[in-house]
Amino acid sequence: MRIATLCGMGFGTSMMLKLFIDDILKAEGLKAEVVPWDLGSFKGNKVDIVVAPTDMESHLRSEKAKVVLIRNLVDKAEIKTKVLEAIRNLPLQDTK
Amino acid sequence: MISENTARAKVLMASWEAAVDYVGTLLVNDHKVRPEYIPAMKRVFTELGPYAVLAPGIVLLHARPEDGVLEPCLGLITLADPVPFGHSENDPVDLVFALGAVDKSAHISALQQLAGMLGDPQKLKEIRSAQDDQMLFKVMVGNS
Repeated sequence: MRIATLCGMGFGTSMMLKLFIDDILKAEGLKAEVVPWDLGSFKGNKVDIVVAPTDMESHLRSEKAKVVLIRNLVDKAEIKTKVLEAIRNLPLQDTK
Repeated sequence: MISENTARAKVLMASWEAAVDYVGTLLVNDHKVRPEYIPAMKRVFTELGPYAVLAPGIVLLHARPEDGVLEPCLGLITLADPVPFGHSENDPVDLVFALGAVDKSAHISALQQLAGMLGDPQKLKEIRSAQDDQMLFKVMVGNS
């Protein structure tokens, strides 16, 4: 399973999201490759789930992966609920 | 990453631009970034949109390493009166963080600390209730 975290630069916010998600997945015993990206260079990459700030919604309308939008980017509870729900909704073979 | 010279409590700012100037100047005077890093942070904030307002009341500003970062650094000002940064839900802002990174990978542990801090409601409460610079600095380093 591949998860992209996005921000404008692939640096601060996306890295922080990655750190939170790594923790969450570890606690749940789930394995995934979580990669921080900037919006510009992300386009065209194939992942299972994209996690991004709510503000980026308009840039992700044509995205084929499952898009998870986070309002409070430091709220572990919000990130956990939304990301785990997205993982549950993936086709089964991808959650390994 | 934060130093005594880059933490200021309860400052009074008229606008988001003034707040960026202020926290940026702390980093410049502490020889952590070059002066051009300040307009770079503003440009990045305006270009990328208000999502840098990560959470209610919290903004994390940064530009690129090549925009003039001399040393990995963190500045923080807490505002006496919150100011709007143009976010639809998380405005107004009272905690202004400014991050300077030298490269992507070397900075992960620092970001991890920051993430831990920002994800901890008790810590945020302590940061917000620090009444002077010294107390604020103490709260910040107490975490690491």
